[in-house]
Amino acid sequence: MKSSVIVFPGSNCDRDIAVALEKMQFKNTMIWHKETVLPKSDLIVIPGGFSYGDYLRSGAIAGKSKIIDEVIKAANSGCLILGICNGFQILTETGLLRGTLLRNKNLKFINKDVRIRVMNNDTKFSNKYKKDQILKINIAHNEGNFFTDRKHLEELKKDELIAFKYCDEKGNINEESNPNGSIDNIAGIFNSKKNILGMMPHPERMIDEVISNKDGLNLFSSLIN
Amino acid sequence: MKFSVTVTLKKDVLDPQGKVVQNTLINMGMKNLKGIRQGKHFEIDVDEIDQVSAEKKVDEICKKLLVNLIIEDYKINKI
Repeated sequence: MKSSVIVFPGSNCDRDIAVALEKMQFKNTMIWHKETVLPKSDLIVIPGGFSYGDYLRSGAIAGKSKIIDEVIKAANSGCLILGICNGFQILTETGLLRGTLLRNKNLKFINKDVRIRVMNNDTKFSNKYKKDQILKINIAHNEGNFFTDRKHLEELKKDELIAFKYCDEKGNINEESNPNGSIDNIAGIFNSKKNILGMMPHPERMIDEVISNKDGLNLFSSLIN
Repeated sequence: MKFSVTVTLKKDVLDPQGKVVQNTLINMGMKNLKGIRQGKHFEIDVDEIDQVSAEKKVDEICKKLLVNLIIEDYKINKI
């Protein structure tokens, strides 16, 4: 399978994601944001970081870059799109995912390993996980507080478009296990066709036992299937 | 023609920064403080003579980039 990682000025998880993809045998290409042509890809990844220094709003400037028109076209024709952290913020700014990421409720940049629960394992991104499996995954963000309107929230629930929710070690989803104030503890969502996933936690940081754990690996092995 | 644009979080959206500023002022002894909401201010100079078309352009700038309409409101004023 072929993957493309879009790189913006200020992206800083682009090489980590490339390592994760290549480990799973993806043929990966890095694409600079000024490019106007995307190579044919089965998966496009918008990586984490601080594109354009988070000027205006996180992801707002990157969301208007030239290559994004191509990403939107690819998404509409069914290509798989994964946005992690700043990538999730960029996807909401482009309109490919609805809702937005507000400043963390406690106003602090949070960098720690948290637990998330797999809410839907019947997707191309999550089929190697068990339903309700608890993963330990790193988060590192200042604007990760997912917010959307009531109507969209109802749709997310009804159509099983919530990918992950923050939980505690036992899988309890409550206010104590919500690190950033996200509505309904939401850590990641799909679009209605489930070919786009946006998530704040960093699965690409959890692919190696030596430096962390392997809880993120199955996301990439789900995709390669 | 110059315009100012003020962008603020919608009424229902939590504004933690505004809240912290408010609490700090209360802690500093400021009395009769009912609320503070923090926002952004832009000054925009457009090369137009006609005010209606200039305002239309500024409105387009707001909608396309400056404002996230899901969470923010904006006001345009001529300066």
